[in-house]
Amino acid sequence: MVDLPRRSLLAGIAALGAGACAKINESETTRSLVGAAEDGHRAVHRALAGKQGLVPEYTRAERSPTFKGNGTVTIANPFYQEQLAKGFADWTLEVRGLVETPMRLTLADIRALPQRTQITRHDCVEGWSAIGEWQGPQLSALLDAAKVRAEAKFIIFRCADVLYGRDYYESVDMVDAYHPQTIIAHSLNGEPIPEKNGAPLRMRIERQLGYKHAKYLTAIEAVASFDNVGQGKGGFWEDVGGYQWYAGI
Amino acid sequence: MIRHALSTRLWHWINAAAIIVLFMSGLTISNAHRYLYWGDYGFDPKDAWLAVIKFPTWATIPQHYNLAVARDWHILAAWPFAIGLLFIWAAMLANGHFRRNLVTKPADWTPGAVLASVKSHSGGAAQGYNPVQKILYGGVFGVLLPLMVFTGLAISPGFQAAAPWLLEVLGGRQSARSLHFIASWAIFGFFVVHILLALANWRLILAMITGGGRKAEPSAPAPDKGEPAHG
Repeated sequence: MVDLPRRSLLAGIAALGAGACAKINESETTRSLVGAAEDGHRAVHRALAGKQGLVPEYTRAERSPTFKGNGTVTIANPFYQEQLAKGFADWTLEVRGLVETPMRLTLADIRALPQRTQITRHDCVEGWSAIGEWQGPQLSALLDAAKVRAEAKFIIFRCADVLYGRDYYESVDMVDAYHPQTIIAHSLNGEPIPEKNGAPLRMRIERQLGYKHAKYLTAIEAVASFDNVGQGKGGFWEDVGGYQWYAGI
Repeated sequence: MIRHALSTRLWHWINAAAIIVLFMSGLTISNAHRYLYWGDYGFDPKDAWLAVIKFPTWATIPQHYNLAVARDWHILAAWPFAIGLLFIWAAMLANGHFRRNLVTKPADWTPGAVLASVKSHSGGAAQGYNPVQKILYGGVFGVLLPLMVFTGLAISPGFQAAAPWLLEVLGGRQSARSLHFIASWAIFGFFVVHILLALANWRLILAMITGGGRKAEPSAPAPDKGEPAHG
């Protein structure tokens, strides 16, 4: 659903056969260095900005004229198309996993919660940026209502789109889950989110790159580890393309 | 011939390796979206001020298109690059290399001084750097290398929460990205000239490894004693 040309996947697979550089890249030392750097960047960012540090918000005049859709931009699934046609009247968002009170919310329920409106910049891993006004409840409100258990370490976002034959999903740690600008958006620039941008619900994880902002949201799941989630790396692009789970750079 | 300080030599080679990795992985990252914009946003090639060529894979890290791997290398090599820059600035200020060899006088900036530097190609061992060398090295140390660090940090969506002022100063994220690209090619230009001139006098390369074949000669003028002084 996000931000990468198809060839990146093919190239990633082709990489296995390449020469000496690929060997260096795949070596245990390189992988552990890269992993240490990723954890280091997350720690440094959190130390410098604080766990609740906000990204800049823009004025309406500073928005981009349109908002690029990337990755999955349409969903062929008949149920989705039927729901799209009737304003997602039967769409629900499930809150499940390590919570005391699992919940199932309709779009009307989500719109009835206290709302946050934010005009923020969306940065794709490819390098481009778009600016839009998003509205929705803070994820923290839902997590508090469902009473997340103490052993939960990550929040998984389940999505309706399928890419390269796999279900798209993403995840964040509890710091980003409880960040004030982490919202479940249902509207973009004052209108329901268009299909290409993730209708009817899309996560906003403002301190990270676009592929973390899960679109076509169906469920929010609290887990203690990634062991039984996808291929265990915490997200679709992390599993498929080796992209960093902490996408703050 | 006069010796290079150990700090200078150590930094020079670590930095050289970091810059090569950063530049080549940066070309892969450029290939991911080959358009540059000014301002905060930009995604439509119609709004681009520059459509960059697709860099061939022989010039990139890795040697095929893989954005995830390129990003891993790029932000890993950014650490020795940025920490190294901090280190060499501290060392240059502490050991006097900066004051002696890089600080320019107003007279160095006159066309006459520049012309004289080019004509005489002075700046050999004993005389210290000529005005052109001082201006170029000063521009690389004082402007281009720090600009790479700051524009690189500004592009990071996580870092912006720590320093929103950085984006303001640089004119927005896409401006920072454009400046990052421009500065990288300016550094590449310096790199090419630097290597050609060093190859023209290979002893300079040896001196950057060993520190110089001999100790400072007694005949060297006193103020420059014990200091590196070649291009």
